[in-house]
Amino acid sequence: MFLFFLSSGLFLGWSLGANDAANIFGSAVGSKMIKFSLAVIIASIFVILGSLLQGSGATHTLGKLGSVNAIGGAFTVALCAGATVFWMTKLKLPVSTSQAIIGAIIGWNFYSGNPTDIKVLGKIMSTWVAGPILGGIFAILLYLLLKTILNKSKIHLIKLDAYLKYALIIVGAFGAYSLGANNVANVVGVFVPSVPTIVLDFGLFTLDGIQLLFLGGGVSIALGIVTYSKKVMMTVGNGLMNLSAEAALVIVLAHSMVLFIFSSTSLSNAFQSIGLPAIPLVPVSSSQAVVGAIMGIGLLKGGRGIEYKVLGKISLGWIATPLIAGFVSFMSLFFMDNVFKLTVFQKGIDNTKTLSKITSSTIENSSLSSINLYQPLLYSAIIILVIIIVILGIKLLRNSVKFKDDQSQDILIKYESQEKLLKKELQKVNEDNVKLEKEIDFKRKEQMDIALNIINKNRFLEKLKSKIKKIIDKPESEKEELVRLKTLIVDNLSLDKDRERFNVYVNELNRDFYFRLLSRYPRLTENEQRLCSLVRLNLSSKEMASILNISTKSVEVNRHRLRKKMHLKRKENLTELINKL
Amino acid sequence: MTKIILSKSLILYFCTIKFLTMIKIFKTSKNVIVNIDTYLDNVELGILNFKEGVNHYLNGNVQEFENNLKIIEELERKADSIIRKIENDFYVYSLMPNYSSDILNLLEKVDDIIDKVKDNLSQFDVEAPYFPEDLKNDFSRLVSLSVKSAENVIPAARVFFTAPNLVKDKLQKVMFYERETDKLATKIKARLFKEMDFLKLSEKIHLRYFTLHIEEVSDASEIVAKMLSSLVIKIKM
Repeated sequence: MFLFFLSSGLFLGWSLGANDAANIFGSAVGSKMIKFSLAVIIASIFVILGSLLQGSGATHTLGKLGSVNAIGGAFTVALCAGATVFWMTKLKLPVSTSQAIIGAIIGWNFYSGNPTDIKVLGKIMSTWVAGPILGGIFAILLYLLLKTILNKSKIHLIKLDAYLKYALIIVGAFGAYSLGANNVANVVGVFVPSVPTIVLDFGLFTLDGIQLLFLGGGVSIALGIVTYSKKVMMTVGNGLMNLSAEAALVIVLAHSMVLFIFSSTSLSNAFQSIGLPAIPLVPVSSSQAVVGAIMGIGLLKGGRGIEYKVLGKISLGWIATPLIAGFVSFMSLFFMDNVFKLTVFQKGIDNTKTLSKITSSTIENSSLSSINLYQPLLYSAIIILVIIIVILGIKLLRNSVKFKDDQSQDILIKYESQEKLLKKELQKVNEDNVKLEKEIDFKRKEQMDIALNIINKNRFLEKLKSKIKKIIDKPESEKEELVRLKTLIVDNLSLDKDRERFNVYVNELNRDFYFRLLSRYPRLTENEQRLCSLVRLNLSSKEMASILNISTKSVEVNRHRLRKKMHLKRKENLTELINKL
Repeated sequence: MTKIILSKSLILYFCTIKFLTMIKIFKTSKNVIVNIDTYLDNVELGILNFKEGVNHYLNGNVQEFENNLKIIEELERKADSIIRKIENDFYVYSLMPNYSSDILNLLEKVDDIIDKVKDNLSQFDVEAPYFPEDLKNDFSRLVSLSVKSAENVIPAARVFFTAPNLVKDKLQKVMFYERETDKLATKIKARLFKEMDFLKLSEKIHLRYFTLHIEEVSDASEIVAKMLSSLVIKIKM
């Protein structure tokens, strides 16, 4: 049941971790000096350490302000503080978890009738102002120191980069430790009076109820860092002004020092021992400490980069946040008490006794329950390891199967792409073939034209020859001239040149055809081959005779002889056969 | 007591891990620093060899000229190999993430200087230009001025990494010698085309291009100087 009520505090811790991690590692991660994974690991570990080892100081002060002595009340107070933070963040107003929890506790004080110690409240409120101011002062001092060192040392830029990286890691760890130490009080401080008295034995060490509470608070902050801080780091990383690595180092260190000072019991005791007043150990706003540090550097650079609007909003937050949280807490406690009948406070319990729980870590009361967790933890660890190994094995197996699948898939894709390529090539070759065939057709047509041309020319000349003969027969015309004319025409009729040209053309065009013809009918003579090419042109016997300068009868005889040589049957058509070639 | 033991042991454990991480970071940085120094040494030697090579060519010392050419080619090849290593280290180990691209760009521009001197000397070998006696002294002086411009930019690049404040002083010399190179180059070209009638037009044009090649070395140095100047301002901010 306690864990259920603790959930509101753990949720507050988660949101604190998600938002405040950016104050520690935001600039370093945003400027890529440090990887996000490394920052998260360091921040988580040191936040838990800080919460566990130094969380009691600030918690003690919160307890002095108002010791919430009922678990229901603690739950409600933490829930109201969380709701206030959430609502104000949504409205984009700067809000501090510390101020919200203080306001909620005061609300509980009002509701329960518990008097609020004004002295303690005054101390707490003074730290709200002192936090940013101290942050600014530390930032100025550290910046001047760093600048002097860098100017005098003449260190190589790349070496300086390495030093800065390392320094950012160390300072980040310190910052995370201080954050845990200072702010765990916000998260689980109100639950301390109600924590069950329990001791867990881990074999090497033991943890009592309060230490476990702080551990839980630290873990919840760490979870917030791991799960949600990346988004905030990447966007809010550089906050108010563009920060160099050196400036980021100074700011984180200044902020960490402020948080450490306000949570270190030993430092406070040391101050007291030398006669100075004790440092109030109070949860301080991490964001406001960073703002103070940034303002300090801005002032150092002549007031550049100071956002007065932000300063105004922060000042408003000092008043508004506790008021809103107090009011919401008061109303919620009323609601919880009267509607859900939850015990939100217990009358007549001495708060000093509950406070002594925090200061003392030794268990004197023998009636306290002690649980030995060594063996159960060991067995759980072994079981978890076995489960992890099994899961890893299954994953490996799946990965190898997946790899094989991927490989075969790749091979398949490769073959498919090869197939596509081949298809494309085939398509291209077909297209080329079509083009070539068209060309061949064209050439054949040309060849036909030439042949027809020759034939027509022949016909014309025949006619001319017959006409001239008639003229010669007529006695009144000049015979000699006409005879000459006739001779000329007769000469032209032979058309040797045309024929020669035509033959060359035919031979050139039909080279492939002749090759195929000869491979099938090797005994064909040259004239027979030429006859085949003319048959291929679908010329009639008369046209062939004109081209070959032989009679039509001779063409017929040659065709017959060709058919015999090609061993053609009566039904087989010579033209068809030649065209098939 | 247990708390103290626990806290101390945990802190010791994490300190050990941090120490090991620190060693790796410093080792990588040291390697990069050494590589940058070696790289700048190579470029400087290349520039000096170029000057000697041209002078040997002008004086007709073929053997020495070829020797200089071989040395420059070797130095240029080494410089390319080193700059690739430097780039790799910068990106793999995320060194100076805010300035890495600017610094690598600067080193690329420095590489242009040694590339230019190597190409120029190769052209002397391949094209074998004819230099009239009247022009040899002027040409020798031109090479000297151009190389001085490049010679002064390398120390400026070196000092940028350790004392950026001192870069500005060194850059003044670079700019001065670059201007002088331009002036002398113009004078040489004017002499070529106006006074040397005994030269063929092709020879004049050939020599004009060689004048331009020499000028380009100082121009490349000027680019590096300008980049250094803007980088210093960026880092100071």
